[in-house]
Amino acid sequence: MQMKLKAGIIGLGKMGISHAAIVCPHPSVDLVAVCDTSTLVLDAFKKFSRVNIYKDFRTMIDAEDLDFVIIASPTRFHYEMVSYALKKGIHTFCEKPLSLTIEEGKELDKLSKEKKLINQVGYHNHFIGTFLELKRLLDKKVLGDLVHFTAESYGPVVTKEKGGTWRSDPHEGGGCLFDYASHVINLVQEIIGRPVKVNGSVLKKIYSKGVEDAVYSILTLENGVSGVLEVNWSDETYRKMSTLLTVFGKNGKIICDATEIKIYLKEANNRENLKRGWTIKYITDLALPVNFYLRGEEYSAQIDNLVDCILQNKPSKINTFKQALQTDEVIELLVEDSKN
Amino acid sequence: MKMEKALFGDNQFFAVNHLSDEKSREQAIMFKDDASIIRVLDQAREVGINTFMCTTHDRIANICDYIRANPVAYRDFKIYPCMPYAHKYANAVTDFGILGALKQYIPGNILSTFTKGGVAYLRKDFIGLMEILIDAEMKMFRDISTPVIFIQNVLVDMILGLNMLDVFKEYDSYIRKKYNAEPGYISMNLPALHDALHLIGIENPIICSSINKIGFRMPGGKAVYEKYLREGRFRPIAMQVLAAGAIRPKEAVEYLGQFPKIESVLFGASSKSHIAETKELIEQNISRKSRPFHKTIMQNNI
Repeated sequence: MQMKLKAGIIGLGKMGISHAAIVCPHPSVDLVAVCDTSTLVLDAFKKFSRVNIYKDFRTMIDAEDLDFVIIASPTRFHYEMVSYALKKGIHTFCEKPLSLTIEEGKELDKLSKEKKLINQVGYHNHFIGTFLELKRLLDKKVLGDLVHFTAESYGPVVTKEKGGTWRSDPHEGGGCLFDYASHVINLVQEIIGRPVKVNGSVLKKIYSKGVEDAVYSILTLENGVSGVLEVNWSDETYRKMSTLLTVFGKNGKIICDATEIKIYLKEANNRENLKRGWTIKYITDLALPVNFYLRGEEYSAQIDNLVDCILQNKPSKINTFKQALQTDEVIELLVEDSKN
Repeated sequence: MKMEKALFGDNQFFAVNHLSDEKSREQAIMFKDDASIIRVLDQAREVGINTFMCTTHDRIANICDYIRANPVAYRDFKIYPCMPYAHKYANAVTDFGILGALKQYIPGNILSTFTKGGVAYLRKDFIGLMEILIDAEMKMFRDISTPVIFIQNVLVDMILGLNMLDVFKEYDSYIRKKYNAEPGYISMNLPALHDALHLIGIENPIICSSINKIGFRMPGGKAVYEKYLREGRFRPIAMQVLAAGAIRPKEAVEYLGQFPKIESVLFGASSKSHIAETKELIEQNISRKSRPFHKTIMQNNI
């Protein structure tokens, strides 16, 4: 029988607990340890589960013989936690964004390569069937030469004035740019093209005091395609985060969100079985198969990818530190541009 | 306790649409007033559906007020609450951490004791905390018949994934004892939940899960689900039977007909003709031939 991988999780907030619930039933993994600073959460794990609990991540990493670790702490802790795990030779999954500064991200990317360790970041949209299909169709050039795109995301995270949480401190990566827009920028980067220039960036405060609640910008990609980024996490007309990409090309356009992909072609594409005019494909046909479902197939599928890469000792093609670092670089461009 | 074959759901009222984000926003506009929700509930009652299975969304409290204010019209009306409405807690947890989120949602008098002593007390008594949260969620349903009380799939599947099965045991016994109701479980992981509940001695549980012809949101695959529907010991409620609209209603409900164990079908619709059509299909196809009569049901006699 194949040995199971031993996993640990650092940071038991919403994402950390969610990862724990997905890793635990995974047939190839044993969740052996969790780490958090909250004794309330640790006591719950102590009382109801059999995993070892730690208040200090270094102690956990030193004491447990882990194959991989999932880091889901606030962004400002990512650098020290990820680098500690990598130096100890442990494969690492880190929540997004990778780090608060480019220098830190570069070091983490370099370290993971030196140590030849599997590295992955939690940009889970890449495991949603509709966005995978969008990438596949664009790679097949169904739209011909691309011209322009819009990348939008809206949700109800901060819908009234409040302060005092990590979200309200720009030094903790708590704003809409790091927390929300990073997802959208990363999608654009991996699906349409890498942004290399930003113009007219606005980081707008709506209800928050210290950080922005909305991000607006005009992006230019390395392939010359232009696009508009519009992200607002203070929009309560949305029940949850909703991300929409619209790509316009010389042969037609595609509108894609997490539930459906609408393709308009000026001429039929027989190879892809796409008619002239509109074709709509739904997530019901595109969702990735998973063995355990919590909040969306994508959360399980990203862990499956990580585990497969570790077991087969092959680098991940999706959501590597390097790709996440490129997203952090765009974030930095946006911050600089917004000051002009 | 016999459940109605057709249970009316609430996704359409609260902008939940698994096939189209755009459609979900249109629905939010359609049901912006409580009166528009009540109108559709009344249309469901007119075709003989008297059970409303709904989340503990803030707006449901208004619907409950209306039901209480019209006791004659809603004499036979039942609600199956599904708790918690997860988004409000999830956002609070990200913002304030677990403890901060609890502080936001614990009722007033407990909150005032939620200082040092209160925290220490709760640290030792998670089950007490769970009971407080259940009572807080159930408050809006006072004086309304709630014969089955569900935990939402996000929470069920989280507890299941974390393998904290004692929590189910405590939930089960509290719902029976305090509310004289049958506990229900909504899950996206039917086979694993079925086995877990039996492992801790919860016999013949009511489990509401995705069951549809194309295997949508049926992790592990359709074949495994079908095996459990034939051989499992549980009371299945089928949801997402239309796979978010990918299957036509007739084909969808006929598929369910081959599993006599299925007791009820949960569905939502916004127009009277769709409600009537689906209800008719359910009545025709759901046979319940082999419904087991179980001791837990006898004991509780609800």
